[in-house]
Amino acid sequence: MKTKFAKTGRILLALLAFYGLSACSVEPWVKPYERDRLADPIMALDGDPVSTAYIQHVYEAREGARGGEGAAGGGCGCN
Amino acid sequence: MKLRQLITYLAFFLALPVSALGGVLPDDRGDVLYHRYEGGGVTIDGPSVLVRKQAGKSLSFVGNYYLDMVSSASIDVITTASPYTEEREQWSLGMDYLRGNTTMSVNYVSSVESDFDASTYAFSVSEDMFGDLTTLTLSYAYGEDIVGRSDDSTFRRENTRQHYGVGLTQILTRNLIATLNFETVTDEGFLNNPYRSVRYLDPGSARGFSFEPELYPETRTSNAVGLRARYFLPYRAALEAEYRFYTDTWEIEGHTASLTYVHPWGPFTFEGKFRYHDQTGAAFFQDIFSRSEATNFRGRDKELSPLTSYTFRGKVSYEFIDPNKGWGIFKRGSLNFSLDHLFVEYHEFRDITSGSLGEEALYELKANVYQVFVSFWY
Repeated sequence: MKTKFAKTGRILLALLAFYGLSACSVEPWVKPYERDRLADPIMALDGDPVSTAYIQHVYEAREGARGGEGAAGGGCGCN
Repeated sequence: MKLRQLITYLAFFLALPVSALGGVLPDDRGDVLYHRYEGGGVTIDGPSVLVRKQAGKSLSFVGNYYLDMVSSASIDVITTASPYTEEREQWSLGMDYLRGNTTMSVNYVSSVESDFDASTYAFSVSEDMFGDLTTLTLSYAYGEDIVGRSDDSTFRRENTRQHYGVGLTQILTRNLIATLNFETVTDEGFLNNPYRSVRYLDPGSARGFSFEPELYPETRTSNAVGLRARYFLPYRAALEAEYRFYTDTWEIEGHTASLTYVHPWGPFTFEGKFRYHDQTGAAFFQDIFSRSEATNFRGRDKELSPLTSYTFRGKVSYEFIDPNKGWGIFKRGSLNFSLDHLFVEYHEFRDITSGSLGEEALYELKANVYQVFVSFWY
């Protein structure tokens, strides 16, 4: 039990250290003025959240796999 | 972990400086969607309405109402029960709070059916870092389900569900963005469907088999890792590739991959997508068991069978409010239609209506999923 907590603590510290690095002045290799293409609506990773949530629910109800693609709502309505 | 250690970690977290660069809250928008699923003797349709609005510079609220109206005469239903109709109503409320580069989100989801209630409480923290090239998200959700039976008002079972997620979104070049997601889900409680049955060989029956209630393990833990990348093509179009690997303690292992192409043309945007999913079956799945209570756990849900599914999607969007001009309070508006054709091949689940025992064909599902929705940004 003690080992498990120590491991959790180390993971938490690593994540916090990563978070701390964000405050450092890392030079971005893609400048803000070079992100016009990424800001185009056709590049949105989830441009239609209502539609995405619905279709993920359809897949989760009909396949044995879940997660890793974003969360769907609870309940089923799928028998 | 000792309390003192926990306090040290928390103090470290709180002492971290807030960067001068700012994160971004989601855009204010409204969506009204009509969805319809038709396939395998099942029709499910209904609306979904979402409204998102900022309050001040650091808060954004979101609400969603969703309804499924189900009319089912599926292969599971017609072989062991009677066709039925029911409704599932779901609503959710959420809030995002932005502080510097950090966005904290809380969300509550309630789903209600006549025989199934689900509540989910979710919390996540996102941090934009390295000049906003990288976004790290940690998420946690807790869900409680109450399972009932429409034919037995005294039947009541519970289960709980926990989601743990880590996501990393990375701008790689001026044309390429990628996202990596890990998600672990644990369930504990009554996990089988109270209406479904397994079948077993029964020489005393005229058909050669009989049915008995299914029985699932009371715990399940799943792990999924998904990688998605989207690339801006030189002539203003986008290509997206996605892969997910899935595994769980019921011994289901799945591979999912998809390819999407997005092509704008004037006020229209066309999208085509192909998705492929392949999975092994659960350890306790069998299409037919050798005898009654043959194994400790038993299931015949077709979703737990080894299967391969293919989805072909076509979508068209029309921008009826020019984003360069706007219209009144609206910055942008679009009308969208999509059709997903779903084809599932089950490798062990058989269609028992297709012949006598030993001559039954493997079941196949063909379904169409329609969506029509209008979106406004304001």
